[in-house]
Amino acid sequence: MLAWLGRKVGGALVVLWLVATAIFIGVRLIPGDPAEAIMGGPGSQASAEALAAARSEYGLDLPLITQYLMFLAKLIRLDFGTSYALKDPVLQVIAEVLPPTITLALISLAAAWLLSLIFAMLAMRATRAGQCVGNAVEIIAAAVPHFWLGAVLIMLFSSMLGWFPAVDNGTGAGLVLPVLTLALPLAGFLTQLMRDSLSTALGSQFALAARTRGESRLTVFWRHGLRHAALPALGLTGWAFSSLLSGAVVVEAIFARPGLGRSLLSAVLSRDIPMVTGIALFSALVYIVVMALTEAIERLIDPAGAES
Amino acid sequence: MSRTAKILGTVFILFWLLTALAPGLIAPGDPLAVDPAQAFHAPSLAHPMGTDESGRDVFTRVIHGAGDSLYIGLAATALGMGIALVLGTAAALAPRWLDGAILRVLEALYAVPSLLLALLIIAFTGPGVGPAIVAVGLSTAPGYARLVRSQIRSVKNSEMLEAATVLGRGTWLKVQNHLVPNALRPLLALVTLGIGQAVIWAAALSFLGLGTPPPAPEWGAMLSAGRTYLHLAWWLSFFPGLAIVVVAAGATLIGRSLGGKVNAA
Repeated sequence: MLAWLGRKVGGALVVLWLVATAIFIGVRLIPGDPAEAIMGGPGSQASAEALAAARSEYGLDLPLITQYLMFLAKLIRLDFGTSYALKDPVLQVIAEVLPPTITLALISLAAAWLLSLIFAMLAMRATRAGQCVGNAVEIIAAAVPHFWLGAVLIMLFSSMLGWFPAVDNGTGAGLVLPVLTLALPLAGFLTQLMRDSLSTALGSQFALAARTRGESRLTVFWRHGLRHAALPALGLTGWAFSSLLSGAVVVEAIFARPGLGRSLLSAVLSRDIPMVTGIALFSALVYIVVMALTEAIERLIDPAGAES
Repeated sequence: MSRTAKILGTVFILFWLLTALAPGLIAPGDPLAVDPAQAFHAPSLAHPMGTDESGRDVFTRVIHGAGDSLYIGLAATALGMGIALVLGTAAALAPRWLDGAILRVLEALYAVPSLLLALLIIAFTGPGVGPAIVAVGLSTAPGYARLVRSQIRSVKNSEMLEAATVLGRGTWLKVQNHLVPNALRPLLALVTLGIGQAVIWAAALSFLGLGTPPPAPEWGAMLSAGRTYLHLAWWLSFFPGLAIVVVAAGATLIGRSLGGKVNAA
């Protein structure tokens, strides 16, 4: 376990270093003067002195290699720099906007899991016609873009029926539509995966053996089927979380929610490079941590599988 | 692949090709013609998808938007797959250390969520159609590259290739007879699936105001513009989005049936 942990941490550091280096190179390839971007873009008509001050403040007048080493040294201390647009430390801004996004992503992940479990169970009992409908729903769910689903849900449940508000009013009701927008497409993917492994598990020898021992269909489903159905879907959790973060950018824009995605979008629009860099690196870190956690859980559920 | 699926798939592809190349045949009107007197008409026989805030016909715009939306999706997939073929093949055939290095780079690209990677690239390049293609292409490349690598590796280590080597077949013959049909044809299904996803991602960028700028009739941009009037005129956002769903779901179906055919062969 300890060796495994060491390997994970080492691999994670290499990946983060590569992401950081790619970002550093990317920033230097931007046409135009970064000092100008700090002063608010080419339209700001900042004076020559102001540009020079910005250059020395952000170390833009130093040799490239020095800048690179300084950049890495700062990252090690979790110092992502100061946002050009907000003039606040990037880490502080991320800490402020992170809770709503993480809440949204976690609730959506749980909702997607729940929905796909229900769908998979329904599909087990469905007739041929029912399975055709299920298939179609899954494909459509996976093909629906977040930005359209969000708009359609607002039209249906907010404009026409008035059940849920389109903009979060602080109560739980405001979360329903954003969560559904994120969870439904993901549930489509997860259901496809679960159904396949579920039918394999329930058709297997050990399921038959459990049935002959007198266990009910439901017990077999909960004790044996589910475990096998959950594993492949669990392996996708890292990917699911990463796609939820992508989706959060869109969902936060549609539902006018504060969060990481919205801050990222406004940072991209104002070309606030430290902010964009910070959020990208931070999401890479989150992805790596989630991947390691799911792998650890997989090892707990299925120690044999982890060896191979 | 069943006969009906084959026919449906072909009709689907031909329809969208025609729409993209000659939109005037299906919708003869001008997608940019403004007529304020006709603004916010609900869907009717004269305007099957209604009219927008400037009185432009939404159906005409959706049809004329197919070219832009599909072009970005196709170009992005081509770019992503191109990069993936180079990196994946290199990794599969290279010595261990290079393979490991390429894998690490792919892992790093993979660690940043796709849309975030695309936004990162656009933060560097600025918004526009070209940047959107590059952004979507680059963010889909790592996933493809991993698959290309594993496909080529499995063929490279297979017994049939060993047999071909023993029989003294040349490199070209081996590539032509074994590598292409066994390693690369399954990728065709993946590319079809990928085009649907790329159309969605490209539309998402336009939706966020970072891809095709208005008033061009691109689906994501139309949807975004219609969002302001969501409570007033649902058809402005609904139909461009529906077009995206139809293309993406169609691509998924075709990709799946291609995948099934490859597996059965």
